[in-house]
Amino acid sequence: MVTLRLDRLSARYGRQPILTEITTPSLEGGQVVALLGPNAAGKSTLFRRILGLLKGKGEVLIDGATAERPVAYMPQETGAKAVLTVYESVLLARMQGRALKVAAEDLARVDSALAELGIAALGERDIGDLSGGQRQLVSAAQALVQEPEILMLDEPTSALDLHRQIGLLTVLRRLARERQMLILVALHDLGHALRFTDQAMVLEGGRLIACGPTDQVVTPELLRRVYRVESRIEACSKGWPQLIVEEAI
Amino acid sequence: MTTETIAADTPQGRDFYRALVIRRQLILAALVLALSLSLCVDLALGPARFGLGEVIAGLITPDAVSQQVRVILWEIRMPVALMALVVGASLSVAGAQMQTILSNPLASPFTLGISAGASFGAALALAFGVAIIPAAIEYVVPINAFAMAMVTAFLIHALSLRRGVTIETIVLLGIAMVFIFNSLMALIQFFASQQAVAAVVFWTLGSLTKATWPKLWIAAGVLAAVLPLLARHGWALTAMRLGDAKAESLGVKPRALRLEVLVLVSLLAAIAVAFVGTIGFIGLVGPHIARLLLGEDQRFFLPGAALCGALILSVGSVLSKVIIPGTIIPIGIITSLVGIPFFLFLVLSHKKASW
Repeated sequence: MVTLRLDRLSARYGRQPILTEITTPSLEGGQVVALLGPNAAGKSTLFRRILGLLKGKGEVLIDGATAERPVAYMPQETGAKAVLTVYESVLLARMQGRALKVAAEDLARVDSALAELGIAALGERDIGDLSGGQRQLVSAAQALVQEPEILMLDEPTSALDLHRQIGLLTVLRRLARERQMLILVALHDLGHALRFTDQAMVLEGGRLIACGPTDQVVTPELLRRVYRVESRIEACSKGWPQLIVEEAI
Repeated sequence: MTTETIAADTPQGRDFYRALVIRRQLILAALVLALSLSLCVDLALGPARFGLGEVIAGLITPDAVSQQVRVILWEIRMPVALMALVVGASLSVAGAQMQTILSNPLASPFTLGISAGASFGAALALAFGVAIIPAAIEYVVPINAFAMAMVTAFLIHALSLRRGVTIETIVLLGIAMVFIFNSLMALIQFFASQQAVAAVVFWTLGSLTKATWPKLWIAAGVLAAVLPLLARHGWALTAMRLGDAKAESLGVKPRALRLEVLVLVSLLAAIAVAFVGTIGFIGLVGPHIARLLLGEDQRFFLPGAALCGALILSVGSVLSKVIIPGTIIPIGIITSLVGIPFFLFLVLSHKKASW
């Protein structure tokens, strides 16, 4: 099972420090980890730093080593200007770094990724003709088709309707369990984080201020401090924790 | 996720994709066929007209036709006709990849100032006999043109590395280059003799009649060397069209790839322009047609752009001979006259999947 540990991970843009000494316990495959924090807390930068797109001090340790392992990343940008069908754009994500010839196995993986996300019917559509939400699901499929051991998604639900938000997060949780994948997902909806994620990391001003089981991290005290809102967390009739926000401070 | 997941268990995606691939292969085959036909017609036309049968016989078994036909076919018309294919393919591929890496539908050797730079280099040689790099007299003009085209490309690249320069700015830099070189050209024409001005003007019109076998081999050699280097980056170049952030997330290194491709396509464009002069719009129209026919998967788009460019210039070469019988109109005029209305049509029609 894959493990990920961050050791004093830092990043800066020019002289501006964006991430400062982020250290986490070992995060194990098979679970979904929420990356939380207000706007400009450094969530996207952390993803880019883990992926190696930004250099800086500190280390990303995957299975205890710094060696490269299959990590897939879904950025917020969905990039949909190209004249490509949905099917081609997902195949393209799988084929990076591979030969020009496409194998039957590759096509099977594309079909599977599209099916998992419920967008198999969109395969023949041009990506330019999709709605924002559909693009976001295609973008998630592009990450999934790479069969990563660690999957990072940057606000994957921001353009989705409620049905698809719940659908996507349910699929992610199931895939993490089935494939023993470690999924890191940046979310703004703390209710979703409480219901669908196992662990939560909270960033504020480029520092990690909390990391642990989501129900222990996402508390009224944290919300008051980080998001400056008064809130309560109550169990609903099914026993799921529900976040009720009362007012902004 | 719900009902759609169940419906998707049938392998319809794969089947659709395989059909798409076959359709594209057929389109590429059709382009090759059209190109062969256009080449034969191009060879048949000229002051002495041959029948298509005669041309094909002369191509397959040169000994079967008279010596006169053989000489006209192989020594006079063949280098010109093949040069049309090589230059058309080179300019179109250059335009296609400039559009890809700069994410701009208007990028081409013409709009980035590479053609204008080449014209300036050629004009220096034609008007004042200035050789930027010492060379045999026959090659001074093309070498000057080539040198200035590469200088322009590297200047644009050097400027593009400055902080805060975005890919949109690069296209603006190119347009600035066009204006700078146009002004310098005007200055040369002001000081040059009338005879030299006429030579400069004729050069800038673009003409395939300058083609010879050695020039053809050089241009074809560069094209043959560059195409596999571009094809090697097929998946990465296709990913570039999703934007830098998305391409990076898929493991592409946009800046490094942009530099490598810019150098390669500048070489293609510079060689083409150096040997035949300014032939506009192929680098703009060729890729757009290829994109409409084949989409932007580089495995089809790259050969498609090469074939479309070659076909357009070959047909242009045929037209340049038939519009006024007995006169070969410079091909640059033909491509602009046909290219501009076609380009306007592309821009204004807002067809699905054009850009």
